[in-house]
Amino acid sequence: MIKEDLEAIRAKAAEKIAAAEGTDSLNDIRVALLGKKGELTSLLKSMKDVAPEDRPAVGKMVNETREEIEKRLAEAKKTFEEKELEARLSREKIDVTLPAARNRIGHPHPNTLALQEIEKIFTGMGYEVVDGPEVERDYYNFEALNIPANHPAKDEQDTFYINKDILLRTQTSGVQVRQMERGKLPIRIIAPGRVYRADEVDATHSPVFHQVEGMVIDKGIRFSDLKGTLEEFAKQLFGADTRVKFRPHHFPFTEPSAEMDVSCFKCGGKGCRFCKGEGWIEILGCGMMHPKVLRMSGVDPDEYTGFAFGVGLERIALLKYEIDDMRLLYENDTRFLDQF
Amino acid sequence: MKTSLEWIRALVPGLTASPKEYCDRMTMFGQKVEFYTDFGKDLDRIVIGEIKSMEKHPDADHLVICQVDIGAAEPLQIVTGAPNTAVGMKVPVVLDGGKVAGGHDGSKTEGGIRIKKGKLRGVESNGMMCSIEELGSSREVFPDAPESGLYPLPADAPLGEDCVHYLGLDDVVVDYEITSNRVDCFAVLGIAREAACAFNLPFKPDVVTETGSEGNVADDITVEIENKELCSRYTAREVKDVHIAPSPAWMQKRLRSQGIRPINNIVDITNYVMVEYGQPMHSYDYDKIAGKKIIVRNAANGEKFTTLDGQERTLDDRMLMICDGEKAVGIAGIMGGENSMITDDVKTVLFEAATFDGTNIRLSSKRLGMRTDASGIFEKGLDPNNAILAMNRACQLVEELGAGTVVNGVVDIYENPVKEKHIPFEPDKYNAFLGTDIPADTIKEYFEREELKVEGNEVIIPTFRQDLEEFADLAEEAARFYGYDKIPTTLPNGGAAMGGIAKKERVANLAREVARFSGFSEAETFSFESPKVFDKLRIAADDPCRQTVTISNPLGEDFSIMRTLSINGILTSLATNYGRRNPDARLFEIAKIYLPKAVPVVEQPDEREQFVAAFYGEGDFFTMKGVAEEFLTQAGLKGKITYDGSAGIPYLHPGRQANIIYEGKTLGFLGEVHPLVAASYGIKDRAYFLNIDLPTVVELASFDHKYEGIQNFPASTRDISMTVPEDITAGRIEEVFEKKGGALLESFRLFDIYEGIQVGPHRKSMAYSLTFRAKDRSITDDDVNPVMEKIIASLGELKVELRK
Repeated sequence: MIKEDLEAIRAKAAEKIAAAEGTDSLNDIRVALLGKKGELTSLLKSMKDVAPEDRPAVGKMVNETREEIEKRLAEAKKTFEEKELEARLSREKIDVTLPAARNRIGHPHPNTLALQEIEKIFTGMGYEVVDGPEVERDYYNFEALNIPANHPAKDEQDTFYINKDILLRTQTSGVQVRQMERGKLPIRIIAPGRVYRADEVDATHSPVFHQVEGMVIDKGIRFSDLKGTLEEFAKQLFGADTRVKFRPHHFPFTEPSAEMDVSCFKCGGKGCRFCKGEGWIEILGCGMMHPKVLRMSGVDPDEYTGFAFGVGLERIALLKYEIDDMRLLYENDTRFLDQF
Repeated sequence: MKTSLEWIRALVPGLTASPKEYCDRMTMFGQKVEFYTDFGKDLDRIVIGEIKSMEKHPDADHLVICQVDIGAAEPLQIVTGAPNTAVGMKVPVVLDGGKVAGGHDGSKTEGGIRIKKGKLRGVESNGMMCSIEELGSSREVFPDAPESGLYPLPADAPLGEDCVHYLGLDDVVVDYEITSNRVDCFAVLGIAREAACAFNLPFKPDVVTETGSEGNVADDITVEIENKELCSRYTAREVKDVHIAPSPAWMQKRLRSQGIRPINNIVDITNYVMVEYGQPMHSYDYDKIAGKKIIVRNAANGEKFTTLDGQERTLDDRMLMICDGEKAVGIAGIMGGENSMITDDVKTVLFEAATFDGTNIRLSSKRLGMRTDASGIFEKGLDPNNAILAMNRACQLVEELGAGTVVNGVVDIYENPVKEKHIPFEPDKYNAFLGTDIPADTIKEYFEREELKVEGNEVIIPTFRQDLEEFADLAEEAARFYGYDKIPTTLPNGGAAMGGIAKKERVANLAREVARFSGFSEAETFSFESPKVFDKLRIAADDPCRQTVTISNPLGEDFSIMRTLSINGILTSLATNYGRRNPDARLFEIAKIYLPKAVPVVEQPDEREQFVAAFYGEGDFFTMKGVAEEFLTQAGLKGKITYDGSAGIPYLHPGRQANIIYEGKTLGFLGEVHPLVAASYGIKDRAYFLNIDLPTVVELASFDHKYEGIQNFPASTRDISMTVPEDITAGRIEEVFEKKGGALLESFRLFDIYEGIQVGPHRKSMAYSLTFRAKDRSITDDDVNPVMEKIIASLGELKVELRK
């Protein structure tokens, strides 16, 4: 009798589970069959009518039925959950091409970008970054650099004067002089900063611009060290394939002096519009510290030698980022700045 | 400085390098070539022809048909419209298929213009007769060319020959950037000597021979130098029976290649020698020199003098004059006088070759506002020993050209002759300095090639090399002969130096980073501006910031003062963006201001770096306040930052500005730009501004970090909602929390603020969330309640009412 009932429950369960529409109806089925007032539970209550010797067998049958129903319920539940998840995921599909919700982040000035690259290269080689005043004494800008009063180079540099003695520095070399005067040797510094020359504003000139000058003073510094250092600098700044060329030149504060060209990074040196067909681009001036300059700042040129170099930051920025008009650097149009 | 390559080749026989090779080598040897011009490159198939006959064109009034003899069997028929066409004229003729450099209006065509035979109004024309402009030149260098029309060649020009070569238009002119130390290279001879060294070829200047055939100059002139400091040498020679005529074609050709216009034999000789020797000369009409006397003295203040260009000049007592027995006859080294200039009927010429102080000439010519070819050379500071060489060369040319009779002897006033310098010969030191290993003999050979003498342990420096003074100079000579490109590349030896960036730079970089990540892009603006900005910014007339470092020679008033306020540059940039309709703009700058210690300036000013930010568009005052606080927190200012709303900054909105205060120090200020100021910059939107004084922040900044643990015991939160009198600021309320909250109050946060009718007049509603936590246990109501009571009681004193 019980056996038939169990069969009936089992069949009913199978039928109902098959017909179930979701996890909710599965729950209803569980309650209806297995719950406290469920059919199987009621059936168990009638166990008392079963002969005691049959009870274990009947009990086993009941449990098996329960387990089977639970297993089926669980399977059905799993299937429903999978389906529901699938439905949710497909419902939640988004248009990934809609615009990003970006944090608003500003852009560095190309000068800063170039300067940070240069600083990174030289600090990596053990240089200290130092600075000094822009409103400078004539002595530190000219005289201490072997440009005495009435030297034609003073005219060439078109200096802004505050008074006879005080001027807007035309180069950051004064920083180097001060370093030497401190008397702590050896020295390995770069001095970036604003400099001023009385040039009208145009595509290639600005009365305010930046220089990065460098100086090394130690025992046994050679011209070959200057070449090696600046070649390394050029390769790091413009790429490992960059070649450099040193041409003799003259500066009052260095001897020997040179200008350094780098192979055009646009055409690799073949000659193009960018390098005006030359294959080379002039980027900096350099030389061995002039013994007179060392002496004036209290360094004995028989004991110490050194080199110095100076590079125009804007020139590097314009070249490296292919900016065709210097005025853009000081206009601060965000459509320009956004590109860096 | 420029030279004709033909001239250099004449002085350096064996120089076969192409123009490009020549220029590259000279550059690498230290005489940088800026560019070279190949005048003949756009000229082809141009010969000398003679117009044999001329008839009118049947169908055109302004055209004529010419038969032109070009030295061939048959004459060439050419149709021309040139106004000066005449039978018997010798002219340049472009043959069929040849090229000219440009039009007769002087315009040049890159690559030239090809000329083909064809018909002009139905009449066959087999070439073209040319003007000087079509040959790529101008009346500047060929003054005998007519204003328009064909260029007439001399009657003796050889028919049928290459006209381009005949006129010297096939030459290459090289332009050098001569560095200021190489005074000797402002001369063709100097460049040629360099070229000979660069190519290791012999240098063959013309040999200057003894000149003079009668009399003695000393009988005709005496020279007296009053100011020996400004005139270290004065030489004079005399030429009698002067016969003024054009100089020969070879001389004209060379002068033209230098861009100098030939005038007559005497003037051309002095110009030629100036170019060749780098020694300016002057020629006086001897008969106009009073008292057979030359006196070199300073001018009197206010003295008037008419130079040979007919201009009257006013002199001062720092200018050096050349005078005769009665009057001034020239401004030394700059320009001669009208009263003694040579004319076509001059009989006797007095040549002057002198050495004047370069600086004095430069400053005098600057004050006079006249820079001549001569002054341009003198101002470099010349070698007095060159003066006599140039003088004798000029006299030699006079004899060669038959321009007159050179009088024997020279008047030469030269009290302190410049002597050759002796410098130790230290090849090992040069090598150690350069990082090279050049044998001493090789270095010796280099030096001797450029006419330095090596004798034992000494190098004897010729006086024309004033730039060589000590070992570094000689090392450079060795280096350039050896080749800069052959010097090895090494890196400096020596202990590991400590590279790095100062704290100051680190703080500035942090400001950059915070600003960028807050949406601001970096700007750069000029450090100088107009004094008018103070009015534009509503700065009071007596405000100390109007005391500025002022440039005495600015590019204009707009660039004349070093900024004492940081706002103008960045606000101008905002306005640029606004004017260009950029919908919003956020900019920042690390900008120095320059604060004078006293006015007028006697000391260097205090240069203070400011972190400046400004924007218009999205955002408000509190956006800017957020930038300030992010920056200060990141810089390690972890304590309480307070704001004083009465900063009193005239260019900011009076109700929307504040000083930023930390540990009693004002770090900077921020606020909304005053609407009148924004409008005066053309910004019709609210704009905001922040200025933080970086030196003050650098002092307080710290990049040390110490882990303080994470609180494990649970917190208890109390929300407090209240109505507050409108003049009680959030700062006052928060002060109460801080004072009364004690150690248990961990943090508080404003989560609602509201003003409106519901709250009642002159009141606002504020709601804070307060978080309490104990470090050693779970906090209980018994802990929190008494603290809350204290807070509420204290708020009550501010007339704050709790909302239930």
